[in-house]
Amino acid sequence: MLEINNLHVKLENENKEILKGLTLSVEAGSVHAIMGPNGSGKSTLSYVLAGRDGYTVTDGSATLDGESLLDMEPEERAAAGLFLAFQYPVEIPGVGNMTFLRTAVNAQRKARGEAELSAGDFLKLVRAKAKTLKIDAEMLKRPVNVGFSGGEKKRNEILQMAMLEPRMCILDETDSGLDVDAMKLVSEGVNALRDAGRAFLVITHYQRLLDHIKPDVVHIMANGRIVKTGGPDLALEVEKNGYADILAEVSA
Amino acid sequence: MTAAVATSPRAARLAARLQATQERMAKVPLPASPGWLLRAREGAVARLNATGLPEKRDEYWRYTDPAALIAPTPPSVDVFEITDEPLVFDHVDRLRLVFVDGVFDAAASDPLEAEGIEISRLAEATDIHWAQDLYGALEARAQAPVARPLAALNSATATDGVLIRVTGKVDRPVSVCYLRRKAASDAILHHVLRLEPGSEMTLLENGPGAARSSIVSEIDIAEGAVLHHVRTMGRDHQRIGTTHLFARLGAGARLKSFSLSVNGRLMRNEAMVWMTGKGGSAHIAGAAMGDGAFLHDDTVFVTHQAPDCESRQVFKKVLRGGAVGVFQGKILVEQPAQQTDGYQISQSLLLDERSQFLAKPELEIYADDVKCSHGSTSGEIDADHLFYLRARGVPEDEAKLLLVLAFLAETLDEIDREDIAEDMRQRLRGWLERHR
Repeated sequence: MLEINNLHVKLENENKEILKGLTLSVEAGSVHAIMGPNGSGKSTLSYVLAGRDGYTVTDGSATLDGESLLDMEPEERAAAGLFLAFQYPVEIPGVGNMTFLRTAVNAQRKARGEAELSAGDFLKLVRAKAKTLKIDAEMLKRPVNVGFSGGEKKRNEILQMAMLEPRMCILDETDSGLDVDAMKLVSEGVNALRDAGRAFLVITHYQRLLDHIKPDVVHIMANGRIVKTGGPDLALEVEKNGYADILAEVSA
Repeated sequence: MTAAVATSPRAARLAARLQATQERMAKVPLPASPGWLLRAREGAVARLNATGLPEKRDEYWRYTDPAALIAPTPPSVDVFEITDEPLVFDHVDRLRLVFVDGVFDAAASDPLEAEGIEISRLAEATDIHWAQDLYGALEARAQAPVARPLAALNSATATDGVLIRVTGKVDRPVSVCYLRRKAASDAILHHVLRLEPGSEMTLLENGPGAARSSIVSEIDIAEGAVLHHVRTMGRDHQRIGTTHLFARLGAGARLKSFSLSVNGRLMRNEAMVWMTGKGGSAHIAGAAMGDGAFLHDDTVFVTHQAPDCESRQVFKKVLRGGAVGVFQGKILVEQPAQQTDGYQISQSLLLDERSQFLAKPELEIYADDVKCSHGSTSGEIDADHLFYLRARGVPEDEAKLLLVLAFLAETLDEIDREDIAEDMRQRLRGWLERHR
């Protein structure tokens, strides 16, 4: 589903290469995890895939179902089925959460040539999904993420994911800033979306999240590249021994 | 050497200005008026002759050149007709008063009667009239600490206006519509409103109504009375004009005023508010959007003279294509006005690098136990906000539109009636869609 091949990326304003030939393949129905030390380029990877400004791709490719993501605008990537759950969801004063969700859902439907949801159908859908994530009506009425706690922001990300039903979900350190209960809630939200036609790329520092969202494949990322790939056991190894052993082994 | 009186260049300029003003006013006939009104007009002429007409070099006019506003004749500009959307407030059940190029249109207006309200026209004012204590009085009071000669000029020469006295709680808004049919016209209108204790009304105004307009409103809001005011000036691209809103609030009185201004070559809205009784509340808000040859100036002065009052000034501007936004705002808290809660925010969103925002926010506080805050910012659309919306599939244009509306939302919050706020929101959206 998601194919990344020899991806090289540098910062637009500095001559600093962040991704240095990253190759990764995520197949439909699977959950892949990317782990790695700070500064290894994990968040850059998620931003480049989602289409944020400020990066220059100097080589390589990234495709979703064979279509080049790198040639698309961010909204086109979203309509194609890509979703990034942000590490730091932004607060947008003045834009109501509900207006935002409805605009996003209908814009994507429109881009895909589907009929827009009526106000009534949308409301029913959003209420049902919000309930399972324990997002109350008050939170839906507020401006996007304004005054939300860290946990509420992350739940709001998962709500957006549930509403938009993307096929390729990237979760960028969704566990950061979450307490145990919130992590459980968020993970349940993600697990409920697991499906044969959908794939997940879970970026995390810690193995903790992977206790709740069980990955099929674990990648270790360092210095802008995937340096090791394995099964769920690899995450446990990191948890036990840290990254140093793996990195030493790889560079040996 | 000849003996000469030493004259500084500054004093010489002032003398020349006063002379020019006096010569001009000597030639201007005052509209036929009953005795009390004629005396008020003569008083205004005297005030004007003492200060002279404004010049760009005046501190109070440093950002906005008044030359076109005081030129002997109005500009001649294309008549602009709105055909692609209903007129503002058309959906609102209201008492409608229509002025075309500054002239009252009786056929297009509703009868001047409503329960709880007395309405008459300035041009038909009689000798015995409740408005005689007010006409020109608040304008005169507003001449200090800064002279407002254009308001005095209006008091002297206004040809018409509405005089409204409110005695009860009135649900149905009074709506003054200004229409324009002539290429060159001057509308000089002067309204007087007196809200008796405990009364309440909504005043709506729409349309620039002339190639050049000057509209003064003197508003006296007695104890516990409430005035809701929503004003729009829209889409007539080349109009120029000024408005002055002078409001005196008694104890527990409330004023909520919102102005929407779109397009227009030169527009200055001045507001001067006095909080004279304990526990009053005044909110003055404005949203302005301009593209290209546009200058909108909000000049606001709120004076707290009594304790426990609250005031808010909320002004936001969206500018592109070299448009200019001006804000001059002041909160003056006099010594007796303890426990004042004053707030002032002026912000602009610059949609390109050619546009500019000029702001002069001021606080002057003589009471020692008050809460006052002010802020002024100027910036572009936040790139992180834009990316977040786009990453969720919202196309760039629509995302920008949402963010601009979000930026203006705080001003719309100052409109109490949700149907009117929604109408304003649609106007803003319409403008943004036309000016992508």
